Amino acid sequence: MAPDVSLWPLIGVAVIIAGFVLRFNPMIVVIGAAIATACAAGFGPVATLTAIGSGFLKTRNLTLAIILPLATIGLIERHGLRQHAQAWIQRFRHATVGQLLIIYLAVREGLAAVGLTALGGHVQMVRPLIAPMAEGAAEARHGSLPDKVRWRLRAMAASADNVGLFFGEDIFVAFGAVVLITTFLHEAGIDVEPLHVALWGIPTAAVAFVVHAWRLHRIDAALARELGGKASADDATVATKEAAA
Amino acid sequence: MNNAIFSLAHLYVLAGLVLAFVAVTTALDRNHPRRFGSAFFWGFYALVFLAGDLLPPAWIGAGVVAMAVIAGLRRVAPGPHETPALADYVARAQRLGNKLFLPALAIPGVAVVATLLAKQANFGGVGLLDKGNPTLAAVGMASVVALALACWLARETPAQGLREARRLVDAMGWALVLPQMLAMLGLVFSDAGVGKAVAWVTTHYIAMDVRFVAVAVYVLGMALFTVIMGNGFAAFPVMTGGVGVPVLVGMFHANPASMAAIGMFSGYCGTLMTPMAANFNIVPAALLELPDKNAVIRAQWPTAVSVLVVNVFLLYFLLPRP
Repeated sequence: MAPDVSLWPLIGVAVIIAGFVLRFNPMIVVIGAAIATACAAGFGPVATLTAIGSGFLKTRNLTLAIILPLATIGLIERHGLRQHAQAWIQRFRHATVGQLLIIYLAVREGLAAVGLTALGGHVQMVRPLIAPMAEGAAEARHGSLPDKVRWRLRAMAASADNVGLFFGEDIFVAFGAVVLITTFLHEAGIDVEPLHVALWGIPTAAVAFVVHAWRLHRIDAALARELGGKASADDATVATKEAAA
Repeated sequence: MNNAIFSLAHLYVLAGLVLAFVAVTTALDRNHPRRFGSAFFWGFYALVFLAGDLLPPAWIGAGVVAMAVIAGLRRVAPGPHETPALADYVARAQRLGNKLFLPALAIPGVAVVATLLAKQANFGGVGLLDKGNPTLAAVGMASVVALALACWLARETPAQGLREARRLVDAMGWALVLPQMLAMLGLVFSDAGVGKAVAWVTTHYIAMDVRFVAVAVYVLGMALFTVIMGNGFAAFPVMTGGVGVPVLVGMFHANPASMAAIGMFSGYCGTLMTPMAANFNIVPAALLELPDKNAVIRAQWPTAVSVLVVNVFLLYFLLPRP
């Protein structure tokens, strides 16, 4: 059966997949895919550059939220914010990495679910506060950390932010996703209540929270296995007392 | 009307000035290992923010291609930054103590308060936040307030703030620009009709009359297409228009609200697994100085796959029995 749409633009998808599999620089892969797709759709050189340029202009807002907080974060980092965050969390001797990140996941998902998506983020919260706190909590329990462990903790801190944000914001009625869903279905001749869409998001959001919280919880046991030291809070108290004695 | 103190146009200028500072200081830095490549990269990017609307889009396109090539040839690198010794950091941290948290928490705090108050705020016909995107404008405004607070607490100048911003921009490198490149690619894809082609392929080569297959194609297709596009919003119209509405609702009488909600979340599972969602996955890896750019994806994929499997069965059991 002959397709009634042109399949040539799929070349762009192939370029993306091949580029990432072959581990080319992502900037080159993306620009290559954009040029290949535009050529496959029959755009000339000027039309191709225009499509790239106007697309790039329209999406400037994406980078804004990353660039603007940098001066503040950099300035307080210069005054020891990350070191202070590490020292601060170590006052709570019972806190484990897993507990800390689960609390952050819960707070992030809960706040996103009521529309407060601005509370959090990688630049504002994860780099300056959450990742150093996770490292600090692990150091309090297991001593100095090998780089590999440090990197894994940072990645898990970033994952808690993403999972919390994604699965929280979609159950907020006024959020873009729910608006997009209801608008699209309306165009397709189906009318749904935004509230129903938001409510049907709750089971998945709950599953995502439970799965990710369980994985964050398992970090504690993995750290204890790899680095020695004490996995549970009671053992840690004993260890602290022994150290003090 | 977008007549506001913190309008996106004003914030673009602000971001452009930060980038221009990075470009100029890089160009003047004789000890920079990749002086001219880096200076052009950040300089052109600054121009896009400062004067993007005044230039012909084709010129911008040509500059973007040049930026990608420079980045691909590894001509973008961090400059030499003097970092204080760890002991200095610890000593400074003791001076300010918990006050250090205030500017960091002021960014989200001021952003939320500004969003809530923006509707009432009016300065002689000029609003506080951009009406088109109040959340983003609020983050911009909060950044300015927090910078002032940080300068006051630490007795620093905004110029030092700019130098610190340059240090962080350098640490991220071209990864900072990648989210915008990918969003641009998404727009080029939709102009070129990639979505239609994908929908045609999935609906013509897979046995969509089997309930479980249809559900799995919709859920996994949302995830897969999001992995390719980097954005669930781009995948949703394609998969829901191609499979969801005609097959799941039309043939199997799915509840449209539950189908759409589960479908969108399946897209988000894809977002957790793709380098194409650079601002969530690649930028944080750069920001946290992780050597493996895919470290955040590695931390997330088991969660994403588990949720996807649950979504397939959830949507399947929610279909009305025949």
